Amino acid sequence: MKISGKMASFFNFLLGDSARAFGALSVALVALLAVVPAADFLRDWRGYQKRYLRLVRGRSDATSLTRRFQPGLQQIWMPELGVVDRCPTCHSALREASLGDVKDQPFRPHPPIPHSVTGFGCVMCHRGQGAATTVEEAHRSTKSWEDPILPARYLESSCGQCHMERLTGTPLLNQGRQTLARYGCVRCHVIKSPDGVAMTGTDDPPSLAHIGAKTTREWIAAWLKNPQAYASSATMPNFQLPDDDIRDLSAFLIAQSTPYLASREAAPKVPTDDRALKNGASLFGESFCSSCHAIQNAAGMLVGGNLGPELTRIGSKAKPEWLADWLRDPRVYDPDTQMPHYRLDAQQRGLLMAFLGNKTDPDFLGNRHFDPPTSVQIDHGRALVNERGCAACHEINGVKKADNFAPELTLVGSRPLAKILFAPGVAHTLPDYIAAKIRQPRSFSTSLKMPQYTLAPEQVEALVTALLAQTERAQKMPTALRIPPRRASDYHAAGQAGRLMEDLRCFSCHTINGRGGDMAPDLTWEGTAVTRPWLVNFLKNPNTLRPALIRRMPKFNLTDAEADTLADYIMTVYQTPAFDRDSIDSSRFTRADAEHGKELFYGKYACQSCHIVDPDKDKGYIGPTLTQTGARLNAAWVFHWLKNAESLRPGTLEPVWKSSDEDARALSAFLVAQKIAPQTEPAKK
Amino acid sequence: MNRTWWAWVIPMMAGVGACARHPATPLEPQPKAFGAEVILVSGDKQVAGVGAQLDQPVVVQVNDSKGSAVAGAPVRFAAAGGVAFQPDRGLTGSDGQFTTNVSLGGMAGPYQIVAATTDSSGKRAEVRIEEIAVGYQERLGQQLNAIHCIRCHDPESTPERVSNHDNLSAQAHAFTEGAVLNAISDANLIAIISHGGAALNKSPEMPPYGNRLTKSEIDALVAYIRAVSDPPYRPQGVFYATN
Ligand code: HEC
Ligand code: HEM
Repeated sequence: MKISGKMASFFNFLLGDSARAFGALSVALVALLAVVPAADFLRDWRGYQKRYLRLVRGRSDATSLTRRFQPGLQQIWMPELGVVDRCPTCHSALREASLGDVKDQPFRPHPPIPHSVTGFGCVMCHRGQGAATTVEEAHRSTKSWEDPILPARYLESSCGQCHMERLTGTPLLNQGRQTLARYGCVRCHVIKSPDGVAMTGTDDPPSLAHIGAKTTREWIAAWLKNPQAYASSATMPNFQLPDDDIRDLSAFLIAQSTPYLASREAAPKVPTDDRALKNGASLFGESFCSSCHAIQNAAGMLVGGNLGPELTRIGSKAKPEWLADWLRDPRVYDPDTQMPHYRLDAQQRGLLMAFLGNKTDPDFLGNRHFDPPTSVQIDHGRALVNERGCAACHEINGVKKADNFAPELTLVGSRPLAKILFAPGVAHTLPDYIAAKIRQPRSFSTSLKMPQYTLAPEQVEALVTALLAQTERAQKMPTALRIPPRRASDYHAAGQAGRLMEDLRCFSCHTINGRGGDMAPDLTWEGTAVTRPWLVNFLKNPNTLRPALIRRMPKFNLTDAEADTLADYIMTVYQTPAFDRDSIDSSRFTRADAEHGKELFYGKYACQSCHIVDPDKDKGYIGPTLTQTGARLNAAWVFHWLKNAESLRPGTLEPVWKSSDEDARALSAFLVAQKIAPQTEPAKK
Repeated sequence: MNRTWWAWVIPMMAGVGACARHPATPLEPQPKAFGAEVILVSGDKQVAGVGAQLDQPVVVQVNDSKGSAVAGAPVRFAAAGGVAFQPDRGLTGSDGQFTTNVSLGGMAGPYQIVAATTDSSGKRAEVRIEEIAVGYQERLGQQLNAIHCIRCHDPESTPERVSNHDNLSAQAHAFTEGAVLNAISDANLIAIISHGGAALNKSPEMPPYGNRLTKSEIDALVAYIRAVSDPPYRPQGVFYATN
């Protein structure tokens, strides 16, 4: 009571009369203005610099640390990159490796990276506000500053602003970019690399133009309901469709389907007895189908590659007459398939059909039964196809691929937070927004069209990393700084051999002259490496060569003439310009050369740690078995392989030996003397 | 000004916080049972990039005093340095186990995680779990190891990789074996990786990588070997008191 009375009289005194009020307010204003320079004087950075000096004082190299310390605002300025970084003002120890034991920020030295910190600045990789001089403004997003520090888990995204190639040090970024292509994200969203080239999909979605010949409406419906229930590795996302939509979509897809040029050959007889099933399984194994196709084993584990679709439930999907045609020659149904044309005879096809037809799952199809569709349903199905953008991935009769179906993501890594509508519960940062959107697209609005993907947490993290690399900064980067990716060439082999190589789809697995897959060794210089008789035999009867590779060369059942054509072509065309295949005449190797080579092999070089020459004694199982080297490899190739294998086959696991001429010659002599095919397969783990 | 705005902001934030907290706090699960100890089942000693989620979840189990698993017992995870758990607390399942996904903090180095349970009297029992966060250089080393070295240096095989460890006559050590590797200086590590075992009078079964890998790649391998070693590697030389 008493106090408030006093306060009132005090205010009365101050503001009671206008002149005095003016005076009082002026004093208040001056005081306020004085605060600004004072606040500047008290800025955090001065405090940090004082703390830094205190920190180094007690250390043995205090004198040099203190001498290198520069007080005041520090700045890295690179106008051509748009970098104005004052971070070193507080991060005083960035380049002081001797402070490696300091655990407190801002005084940790920068860990080693391939770039100079002062040559690139901080915000290029870490984001944040380089020009800011307070902790708050530099690191967190405020109203006027939008770009907060990038969480450490996404740091690899920053490398992706200049590096478009696959770097060994950025596994997450590489995986993210691969996932964007593999899951077809780039089919709806345009995503341009910083060099302006749009990313393309690698998911190979099938055409639906003849789907009615391949499968049933019931299967289509079950698949649309949940593709991952058919194949856990399926890359098609779940569109979360209501049952009525599924009924109409499946009706439309069957209705638009046209017949394809089916073979006139009668379908092979399919044996059904247990022995046929077993023989079919062994044929599936011998043909190395599992190099590309996975099947779930009894324990529920997927066994096999993922280049082709999983086959665990193929019997519930494929119509027998379609399967017969496909096994005869897949290109009749799909001219662009990656699957090779196996030369299977009718009996072999019958066995495989028995084996595959038996891979059914009644639970997957369920008890769906459809009445014949009405035209209203079919029209509705067509409308849904347009609305959902199915044609972005699949060829469908009478439906055009929509352009700009989904927002372009080229600059998504710089999207201003102010333009983002956050779903409830999502932290207000760009990475969290992107992650939430990928995890559950519809959580933002149920009317959104983006489908639901089934992704592991690591895949989401990888995708966010790849998308965060799509910044405005990346687009504006000086061209000299950009490292373009290795883009595939359009190489095609010529003539009859070329046609054969397309037919066998060699490029699905092997790279030759810059085009092809990375599942099997590069064959660009294979003609220099191997001997013709070995090659012909291998093409007809491939055996295991490289234990380090899990996938195996399939057996195509080539005719003699086909194997000859391929071998001739490989032997004449796939030659390295570096040296002549016949430059070393192995007949001039002496016994002493080979003996000396043997000593080197087991002694100085210890090749037996990776290779087997004597199956009874050697155990190394990383490189190929060398028991047949003399029959397989040319002496000149072995000689140069021991000089620099990396230059002959980039990426090989063989160390680069740079052997002397004498050593390389002796080792070659020893190895080409190995010609006897082993009687028994070496024992292996 | 620096001082004065606190006076305003703190009560305001507290007010907002009080309103917001009420619905946001997840309900503390009501324990259905209590155990006497918590043990680690799996997921320790993993290596991940800074800030990244560990490949495998961390699984712990609550046991009673006789050592059998207790379902419905409370578990809480905690760690310093920006480690995040999903979820950080809960009750053990019917097998007595509790599983959480862990993201490490933003600084490279070892992290210690504590999983704790309480018994009926409120007494705490805990288990300490180690994980390792690696920066760019160590991660590069980790990748190179997976390409070139792991087949000989890791005795374990995986479905994608057959180990060559037991095919060698000299013993290649796992890089986690601190007892062996910590005793080798940086210079000697670089020497054996660059020039092979022969350079250190060891078996030539260790091949030379000096012409296959660049100097910075070999440095990265050394950094990785140092980061994963158990017991942890302490650089020799001058020691500083940390403050
Ligand atoms: C062909 C198998 C093989 C490969 C591949 C291999 N090493 Fe080794 N390494 C060995 C063997 C065997 C020894 C033990 C030599 C001895 O003690 O005589 C060894 C020893 C070492 C040592 C000394 C510590 C120890 O384990 O005794 C280091 C360090 C080392 N290797 C690093 C590497 C690195 C890094 C790579 C990959 C770039 C690599 N090694 C690849 C076989 C291999
Ligand atoms: C001086 C000792 C060695 C000799 C003489 C030797 C010789 C050879 C030869 C002749 C080939 C076949 C090349 C071809 O098929 O084109 C080869 C391949 C290979 N070697 Fe060695 N090798 C030696 C040591 C090693 C070691 C120590 C390793 C393991 C670290 C190794 C790993 C491999 C691998 C993985 C391949 C297959 C490479 C590919 O096809 O890309 N070799 N080696």
